[in-house]
Amino acid sequence: MGSEQQYIELYREAANVIRAKSCGVMNAVRDEAFETFQQVGFPSKKVERYKYTDVDAAFAPNYGISLAPLTVKPSLYLFNIKDAPVDVTPYYHKLADTSDAITALNTALVHDALLVYVPKNTRVADPIVVDNWLRGSAATMVNRRVLVVMGQGSDATMIMNDHAADGVPFLSTQVMEVFCQDGSSLDLYEVEETTPLCNRFSNVYVEVGRDCSVKHNGLTLFNGRTRNQCDVRLTGEHSEVTLNGCAIGGGDQFIDNNTLIDHQVPNCQSSELYKYVVDDHAVGAFAGKILVRKEAQGTVSQETNANLCASPDARMFSQPMLEIYADDVKCAHGSTVGVMDEAALFYMCQRGIPEAEARSLLKNAFMGQVIEQIKHEPLRQRLFVKVEKRFRGELEKCDDCRLCKS
Amino acid sequence: MLEIRNLHAKVGDKVILRGVNLSINDGEIHALMGTNGAGKSTLSNVIVGNPAYEVTEGSIMFNGRDLLAMKTEERAHAGIFMSFQSPVEIPGVSMTNFMRAAVNARREALGKEPLKSTEFLKLMRERRKLVGMDSRLVNRSVNEGFSGGERKRNEIFQMAMLEPTFCILDETDSGLDVDALRIVAEGFNKLRTAETSALVITHYQRLLDYIRPDFVHVLIDGRIVKTGAAELAQKIEDNGFDWIKEELAWEANSNI
Ligand SMILES: Nc1ncnc2c1ncn2[C@@H]1O[C@H](COP(=O)(O)OP(=O)(O)OP(=O)(O)O)[C@@H](O)[C@H]1O
Ligand SMILES: [Mg+2]
Repeated sequence: MGSEQQYIELYREAANVIRAKSCGVMNAVRDEAFETFQQVGFPSKKVERYKYTDVDAAFAPNYGISLAPLTVKPSLYLFNIKDAPVDVTPYYHKLADTSDAITALNTALVHDALLVYVPKNTRVADPIVVDNWLRGSAATMVNRRVLVVMGQGSDATMIMNDHAADGVPFLSTQVMEVFCQDGSSLDLYEVEETTPLCNRFSNVYVEVGRDCSVKHNGLTLFNGRTRNQCDVRLTGEHSEVTLNGCAIGGGDQFIDNNTLIDHQVPNCQSSELYKYVVDDHAVGAFAGKILVRKEAQGTVSQETNANLCASPDARMFSQPMLEIYADDVKCAHGSTVGVMDEAALFYMCQRGIPEAEARSLLKNAFMGQVIEQIKHEPLRQRLFVKVEKRFRGELEKCDDCRLCKS
Repeated sequence: MLEIRNLHAKVGDKVILRGVNLSINDGEIHALMGTNGAGKSTLSNVIVGNPAYEVTEGSIMFNGRDLLAMKTEERAHAGIFMSFQSPVEIPGVSMTNFMRAAVNARREALGKEPLKSTEFLKLMRERRKLVGMDSRLVNRSVNEGFSGGERKRNEIFQMAMLEPTFCILDETDSGLDVDALRIVAEGFNKLRTAETSALVITHYQRLLDYIRPDFVHVLIDGRIVKTGAAELAQKIEDNGFDWIKEELAWEANSNI
């Protein structure tokens, strides 16, 4: 503990600058969030939902805060919050939970926000794509805020790609609030492909109305230290939610996914599939809670976490949780941690496939199940290729040459 | 082609091979018979380089190269193929991707260009027909949900794709129905050249009716204890191994 102090000082020094660069709706909740942050401080590993992640270590180094303005290519559905086509007061900071220190800190420090607004009954044909490159000349902290409002009966696919450049350490926090109003459909992908120097803390809050279909896909292809939290509240009947995840760790990478699906009303379905491949000294953690409240009769829920530990030094923590207070429900959960199938490896090598390639074929086969479920076809195809490259160790190289070009 | 001298091998603490000697020349077919648990599959696994087995003594030369110093995949590239007694399933890896990786890895090792996609698919079709393998099977994951017989046929299909110079057939006949056995054996014969050699492990005469051996060896308790001509196989099928064991005991006694 103790790395809060520099952020407290940072806020005291920079609050006025941040305010000036920000807007009313964001400034309105800023001081209170800061107060909360000061009170709660960073969670230690004793805090249940943070038991796998060393938050203090990630926030301890001295980062300069980035206050560069968000540059959003103006499009029909994507805005800087300052150019919002509607009043965002009913949405901004209404789902985010400041008892979480990362969310509180983000709310205090963030100066700009991205808004995705899809009006009522609008079906967006092409995916809304956000390509984010972390850039900086020295260790940099970047705070990102995203607000997604899916109007009644709307339908969209959204892809957020995160990259990092410049070979310096980054600390990024993200708070995303997603409102899916009645009858809407959202397919949301977050793809992280950064560097071992990156620390990512992301909290996503989703509220789902009735007759909705919501899918969230979190893919960690390359990273440093990542903690992704995704909380979904089902508040309207006959909705379905899918949370899928693909986490690939090698080297000293760390990936923690923490999810909560809160069934507050009857007759909803949720399904969750998270798969990890951890190699070398990588550490993976998954904790997913399905909460079925007393009112939520007729809930159907399936949660699966399957993991492949590809090296004896890689570690995986898995904690699927079901908390059920209703009696008429169908819920199941399962978790497996396996090692490389030596018999299959030998079989492939006997056919002349070099061991490294045989290993990557097996890892790829294991992860295929998650990638197959990606609905957006071009993305699915791209990710099949990326995951394959990742297992061959070619993803970094590929990014390097992209950097050279840019 | 293959020269095995005084081979000893174990798995964990269990000693299985206790001094195997065997030479196989170009173009020869050798049958290997023997009691259950005698070490036939172990010998095959040691030849192809299964890391589960440890060689404690002896040597294996393959076309003048020290086989035991080569990795499993290098042995495959050198032309060695084993049809597994119990082929494993590899869920999620399609037969096509698996075969392409195998064929092209060998080509690369031999300094050849990878096959173009159309050429590769043509070869798949051709060889599939040769061994009478259902096209639906090649569209599935490797051996996933294959019946026992389908797996054996798939082994020979892979052999046909890879065109090895030395093949080990470890009980390829078991699990195949009468017609399948004939088709698979005829496929094997069609692919044979004057240089191809094989070690055919079997408990029955049936397969040897199609693939006629030049020699028949009997492996008991980790050693080759008897070698004879093709007729030895029929004699074993008719009379079992007891008479060979008795001969051995008699020899052992007369040596004292
Ligand atoms: N991986 C292993 N672990 C432990 N024991 C093994 C292993 N492989 C073989 N053995 C043992 O070694 C002995 C020889 O086995 P092997 O499979 O070589 O016999 P085999 O001659 O092929 O028999 P079969 O005719 O039944 O196929 C057996 O007792 C077997 O149980
Ligand atoms: Mg055997």
